Amino acid sequence: MIEYYLSLLVRAVFIENMALVFFLGMCTFIAISKKIETSMGLGIAVVVVLTITVPVNNLLYQYLLADGALAWAGLPDVDLSFLGFLAYIGVIAAIVQILEMFLDKYVPALYNALGVFLPLITVNCAILGGSIFMVNRDYNFAESVVYGFGSGLGWAIAIVVLAGIREKMKYSDVPQGLRGLGITFITVGLMSLGFMSFGGISL
Amino acid sequence: MSTKEVLLNPLFVNNPIGLQILGICSALAVTTKMSVALVMCIALTLVTAFSNLFISMIRNQIPSSIRIIVQMTIIASLVIVVDQILGAVAYDISKQLSVFVGLIITNCIVMGRAEAFAMQNPPGLSFVDGIGNGLGYSIVLMLVATIREFFGSGSLFGIEIMPLITNGGWYSPMGLMLLPPSAFFIIGLLIWALRAWKTEQIEAPEYEIGGHTALSKV
Repeated sequence: MIEYYLSLLVRAVFIENMALVFFLGMCTFIAISKKIETSMGLGIAVVVVLTITVPVNNLLYQYLLADGALAWAGLPDVDLSFLGFLAYIGVIAAIVQILEMFLDKYVPALYNALGVFLPLITVNCAILGGSIFMVNRDYNFAESVVYGFGSGLGWAIAIVVLAGIREKMKYSDVPQGLRGLGITFITVGLMSLGFMSFGGISL
Repeated sequence: MSTKEVLLNPLFVNNPIGLQILGICSALAVTTKMSVALVMCIALTLVTAFSNLFISMIRNQIPSSIRIIVQMTIIASLVIVVDQILGAVAYDISKQLSVFVGLIITNCIVMGRAEAFAMQNPPGLSFVDGIGNGLGYSIVLMLVATIREFFGSGSLFGIEIMPLITNGGWYSPMGLMLLPPSAFFIIGLLIWALRAWKTEQIEAPEYEIGGHTALSKV
């Protein structure tokens, strides 16, 4: 049992890395990876939000949206799954907002550390992508907790590693047109090539 | 800005992918086949144009504190429509696009243009801006898809151009082109090419080597 969840976790972190294999959350991934500190803050925020939103969306899907899910309310023929996207993004936006208010009130240190990144996370495709993948793959509640945490962790690792490389790279003499955005893409390409070597791992 | 500038600027001068760093996720993920990329381009251009149009129409009524939610709702509804249409008309392609149609909701181009342009400009102009940015995105997407499909499977739009060795031809396909990393390399090189042409887009270096101290004192 534990082995199954462990293998799911390893798969979500390394083999199916959100950023380097599925290209999710790329905009923020490229834009906010100049410094290790800020990227660490963003990485933690993504882990927290994914770990909460994927299970919540899982419950929402199982008990409200899926085909026949409304049987408990006496409506066995209703299929609301077409409302999925709207529901998930609403849940994500709401949870991010609640989390922001909660942290502001009770954990001000963490709130200040995450700062501007929390609201930004609503429009991070990695978060919505996590929920859509969870639905596509029919994860149950426990699996979705593990998957949400694992995929967030994978994204966080990738952005911190990229920030580390970019901090060093600003001292190197890059051709003019490639400076900044261009060389970052090529670096990410090489990282993605590196992560492909995890492909064969299974526990 | 004239209508023509609004339409044509995003193509090369202010390209959403090349300069604004918006909407990269899907640019990388759906470009292994040209037909899939084309459907994605059309879907995104339509969503951007119409979300810009609708948001611009109600821009004076939206309270600024909840504008993100309002924009999200409009965009998500449009994406649901696109997703349902694709599922009904082009089922195979919608299967291949998998989650990426849904992810148009969080595509930074749509949100970015709604926030940066549609909230300040009249509906007509916002619609044109949406089309322009959709086209700027499509140009990059189609270029990447052309390169990846041509060298990766020797075909364009699924029509065989270079016969593969496995089919008795002469071309040995580059497997790397079909794998994720190649998309990063191609976009990186495309940005290089674009900036070699439009030199004003080159970024300033973050770190300058100081002058030689012994010499600079002289």
